[in-house]
Amino acid sequence: MSEERSGAAILVESLVRQGVEFVFGYPGGAVLPIYDELFGDHRIRHILVRHEAGAAHAAEGYARSTGKPGVVLVTSGPGATNAITGIADAFMDSIPLVVLTGQVATNLIGTDAFQEADTVGLTRHCTKHNYLVKDPADLAATIDEAFEIATTGRPGPVVVDIPKNVQVATAPMFSGAPQRPKRYLPRIVASAEEIAEAIELIERAERPVLYTGGGVINSGPRASELLREFQKLTGAPLTSTLMGLGAFPADHPDWLGMLGMHGTYEANMAMNQCDVMVCIGARFDDRVTGRLDAFSPGSKKIHIDIDRASINKVIPVDLGIVGDCATVLDQLIEAWGSRKPLELAEWKARIAGWRARDSLAYPKRKDGAIMPQLAVERLFALTREHDPIITTEVGQHQMWAAQYFGFDKPNRWLTSGGLGTMGYGMPAAIGAQLGNPERLVIDIAGEASIQMNIQEMGTASQFRLPIKVFILNNEYMGMVRQWQELTYESRYSNSYSDSLPDFVKMAEAYGWKGIRIESEADLDAGIQAMIAHDGPVMVDCQVAKEANCFPMIPSGAAHTEMLLYGDQVEGTMDDEAKALV
Amino acid sequence: MKIQHRHSERHVLAITVDNEAGILAKIAGLFTARGYNIDSLTVADISENHAVSRITIVTNGPPQVIDQIEAQLERLVPVHRVVDLTQAGPHVERELALVKVAGKGENRVEALRLADVFRAKVVDTTTSSFIFELTGAPDKIDTFVALMRELGLVEVGRTGIVGMMRGAEGA
Repeated sequence: MSEERSGAAILVESLVRQGVEFVFGYPGGAVLPIYDELFGDHRIRHILVRHEAGAAHAAEGYARSTGKPGVVLVTSGPGATNAITGIADAFMDSIPLVVLTGQVATNLIGTDAFQEADTVGLTRHCTKHNYLVKDPADLAATIDEAFEIATTGRPGPVVVDIPKNVQVATAPMFSGAPQRPKRYLPRIVASAEEIAEAIELIERAERPVLYTGGGVINSGPRASELLREFQKLTGAPLTSTLMGLGAFPADHPDWLGMLGMHGTYEANMAMNQCDVMVCIGARFDDRVTGRLDAFSPGSKKIHIDIDRASINKVIPVDLGIVGDCATVLDQLIEAWGSRKPLELAEWKARIAGWRARDSLAYPKRKDGAIMPQLAVERLFALTREHDPIITTEVGQHQMWAAQYFGFDKPNRWLTSGGLGTMGYGMPAAIGAQLGNPERLVIDIAGEASIQMNIQEMGTASQFRLPIKVFILNNEYMGMVRQWQELTYESRYSNSYSDSLPDFVKMAEAYGWKGIRIESEADLDAGIQAMIAHDGPVMVDCQVAKEANCFPMIPSGAAHTEMLLYGDQVEGTMDDEAKALV
Repeated sequence: MKIQHRHSERHVLAITVDNEAGILAKIAGLFTARGYNIDSLTVADISENHAVSRITIVTNGPPQVIDQIEAQLERLVPVHRVVDLTQAGPHVERELALVKVAGKGENRVEALRLADVFRAKVVDTTTSSFIFELTGAPDKIDTFVALMRELGLVEVGRTGIVGMMRGAEGA
């Protein structure tokens, strides 16, 4: 059965069919027909953001915390270009988004019409796929395929650009799933030979390491369970990338901590010295590998990834397995069978030696100033019983959050890893809070990053979202300042956060609660007051200004060349190192 | 500090794609975005219902980069299949060129004689010019064009390479 409906109506029905609860968006000329269709439709809740970048990040936060795709609706031209940062962010971190952009009418495309931008051209290389829909009759099938592409295989953002006349024109709308050829078939299951070869490598290992990433989170909560089971069966120590935190419990004795540039000493040393590395859903990012020619020189490497293009991209591996993390882990567990855990006493003793360096130690202050590391530790201690969802912005505070906040479940840690987008955290918290209305959601922020999407405070107020923004305020773009200290002889070019607003007054102006914490003595009480308030809170936690983020693998260095707190680091670097990262 | 360049090898890729708007931009753009090279690119519809096109790209890069190019191409939703003809074994490569030569007297006679040697066809003529049509492997066309340069070469147009595996099997 079919009836004649407008493109906008077909679009909304298609979204409902996909089970969409929320659309994060901002209206404008080229999407008015869709907004009119949403008016009074109670099946989909539209979340009005204050800037389109906020819409994309909020959709990311919703997606990352719930496992469901995030949906964005923005107008043509500036609406689309403003959303691009969030789209690129989702592309780098493999977050499923469906982004609907309005476009000028088809007869105006190419004429430099008002609010025209070549959205399909602009988003071509930061989307998994994109479409320009020229006929309302194609809309239902396009939306159906867009959701399939966004959510299956390696997840990612899909843009559907819809000209205004296509929203108004009519086409037959059919009930039931649209008929379309199935052309996207990602490889999910590993071959028996690959599994056998992996098991053979792992069972002979004397110094194995499991190196896991965001792919385990994207594969769904079951992948995290299977990872724990596989770790238990083999006994192998485990480290994770920034994006993979939460897939494995941070209080487990075989947990090495995060690896990479600001990873723990034990994690990086274990990666360097291992004889078999099993990479599961990670991609050998440059922040993880350090200097490539010194990366884990003596190990056999197995790489499990759903994206074949991730395998052998940066680091040549001995065995590449294209498949879904949960499915392949399941296959590995079955193939491991009744084998005993590996005999790893000697290896673990070496790891214990590295652990004894206590690489996350930091100096205590006697003057009452708050070390930012301590602030995150206290935040963790005082909120852990709430099982909170943590989002971050980008910079030192992000690394401190990753280092000192312990995660033991997936989907609790939302951060911009690949693109490193300042301004991600607050909108992501808004999306996470909508998807998890009963949970405590905290954005651990810096005073510089938070200003990049500060306008979203209004969104939280409007939708009564009790998100908490915990600003580690050191009056610097701290990571920039740290690099300038390390590589440019402390010439702090433009990294001082001048003319900061009064964050407490700003909170109050938006109807939030504002709390200022100025000394260590007030830290716990401030955090508790934040948790206790039933509504959005902004905490201006003023921390020691000069604190740096350690451990650190300096630019262009190897895993074995880590700097710890107290090492003499100020100085300069040669051009090769300056150019590297 | 100086920029380092790596050793590279030449590969011919045959790519089967959905014949949809923007696919060529997507593929060409992938090469620029990721810093890969395109030596030549040809594309044409090859199916009865105009649903599928075949793109032939000649590229060059270190082996690891060639492998990445194939993986990145396969990742695009409208790409059905990528075959590395260079990797896959013996194959035929052909290109078509139009070569315009102008001149009088002995040069004109010599141009016609050489064209005959290369089995080039005359597709247009005036009393002072020829357009030759020549097909063959790229080397042959290079050689012909070099010879014509001495005899009054005016203009060259080349299609870029199309390639196919030898033998009965399809790629």
